[in-house]
Formats: sequence, structure tokens, C-alpha cells
Amino acid sequence: MKALIKITLKNGVLDPQGKAIEHALDSLGFDGVSDVRQGKLIELDLNAANEAAAREEVEQMCQKLLANTVIENYSFELVS
Amino acid sequence: MIRASVIVFPGSNCDRDVKVATETVTGTKANMVWHGETEVPPSDLIILPGGFSFGDYLRCGAMAAKSPIMRDVVAKAKAGTPVLGICNGFQVLLETGLLPGALMRNASLLFVCKDVHVACENETTFFTRCYRKGEVTRIPVAHHDGNYFADDDTLNRLESENLVAFRYCNSDGEVTDAANPNGSQRNIAGITDPTGRIVGMMPHPERLFEKPLGGTDGRRIFESALVAVTEATA
Repeated sequence: MKALIKITLKNGVLDPQGKAIEHALDSLGFDGVSDVRQGKLIELDLNAANEAAAREEVEQMCQKLLANTVIENYSFELVS
Repeated sequence: MIRASVIVFPGSNCDRDVKVATETVTGTKANMVWHGETEVPPSDLIILPGGFSFGDYLRCGAMAAKSPIMRDVVAKAKAGTPVLGICNGFQVLLETGLLPGALMRNASLLFVCKDVHVACENETTFFTRCYRKGEVTRIPVAHHDGNYFADDDTLNRLESENLVAFRYCNSDGEVTDAANPNGSQRNIAGITDPTGRIVGMMPHPERLFEKPLGGTDGRRIFESALVAVTEATA
């Protein structure tokens, strides 16, 4: 089972990298782009007994290491 | 005698500097403790040095905060052993949750390496008691991710409980946007826990602790620790 974990900055947390990307897109002529936010995608394989166990495990991983919940939100999907 | 331990992570690069500063000021040898160890030797204080532990992978300080030695550092900190985190060490302290908030990419997106001024706002902590309240001190910063962030409730609590140890200011002590090198909220450069025994700061006191380095403003961080340990063991 594979987990795709998406980590994004919380609303209200400034994202200077997102802003830089926005400016670069603008300078390339992409008009009307706004609110660019940069995040992370983490992909991993799991050896879990079932989907519920996998969910619980990934949840723990996010809480303990993969996301810093002071500044980041996380979500994930499991694909077999 | 003061028993100091410096934790060394793969990618720490200020560990020897802070060891030299600690040893010079306190007159006793500091332990260097590798991240893979599981126990810090009996210590009067623990220092988490600057650098780029684990290559800043995932988030600055995130991997270091989960390394084997940190379980003991966190346990000892909670039991009252004073801990100072400098630069990457501050990032590690935040990732462990011993101090609140997070350090994000500098607002300018640039690595900032220069001397700045900070005002000491809490002169009662273990590591700041040799400063005067409001005293302006010159100190080097060198970081890419020193932009202090916390939610408004946390910031207000830091202010109301006097937990801001250092704030970026100009040489006259005025807290201005121009004096803020990285976009930190409310110009916060360093904070303390409510006991004054866990302090994290982005600036590098060890880089300005003796005359050949260009100044001695940072020396009092180490002198403070020496005074505090001496008082505690007297």
C-alpha cells in the first residue's frame, strides 16, 4: 500500500517562497495568478495489515515527524 | 566546576566554536555528545549548537529533534537542566516542542550573515542574567531560516509572560522593521520558557565572545550560565 502525503502551510502563515514563485510566473507572462503556496508531497510504501491500520500509522507519522503542526496542515491518501 | 555538554549532530558546524567559548569563559572542559548516544552525561547545562543538522532535510531541526540523544535532552530539560539552543539549536528546540513557535524561511528568501543588534528583554534567565534589562548588544546572525512564527495567542502569551529574551532592534534600541533581518514576528530573536532555563536564540553569541573575534558582546551568555550554575551549586 502506498501513501501520498500532502503537507501545506496553514492559512495565515506567510509563504515567501510561494510569493517568489508568483512573481516568477508573473514575469513569464502568466497573468492573473495569485495566492501561490508551496508545499511538500511525500510518497511512501507501507506494509500495513489493512487500510485502517495504514491510516493510523500515517497519521502518527505526520504528527510525529512529517508535518510541523505549528505551521503546517497535512492530508493523505492511500493507493494500493 | 561547571559541567557543560554540547550536542553534536551530523551537519552541526558551530559545535566547536561554542565549546571553545564555553570552556574559555567557564574554565572547564565541555563534553561533546554525539547525536546517536542515548544519554547526556551529568550536566549543569546543555547546548544545542548552530549548523545544518541533517542537511536541513524535511524542516530545519526536524530530524535532529528526533535523534536518539534528544529523548534524553528533552527529559533532562523537563527535569530542570538548563538548555541553550543557538540558531539550528533554536530550530531543534522548537521542533521538540520545548519552546513554542516555528522558524521559517527568511522573508527576504536570502541567507543573512551579518552583525545585528538585539535588546535583552528578559535579563532573569539562566543565560541572560549578566545583561541589563533593555540593554542593546551587537551579535552576529547567519541563517536562512530564522523567521520566527507563532500564532497570535502564543505571541501574546510570550509578551504578557515576559518570555521574549531578545528582540531585533537598531543600535539605539528601537525595535523597527528595518532592524529585523528575517521577518520574525514582533522582531523576536530569542525566547525563554517560563522557568528561564530553556532559551533559544537565532544570533550566535559564540561568534563574538572575545576580542580577536571583533567584540565581546556575546560573552555574557556564557558568563550568565557560569554565574547561574555557581549560584545554584553554592
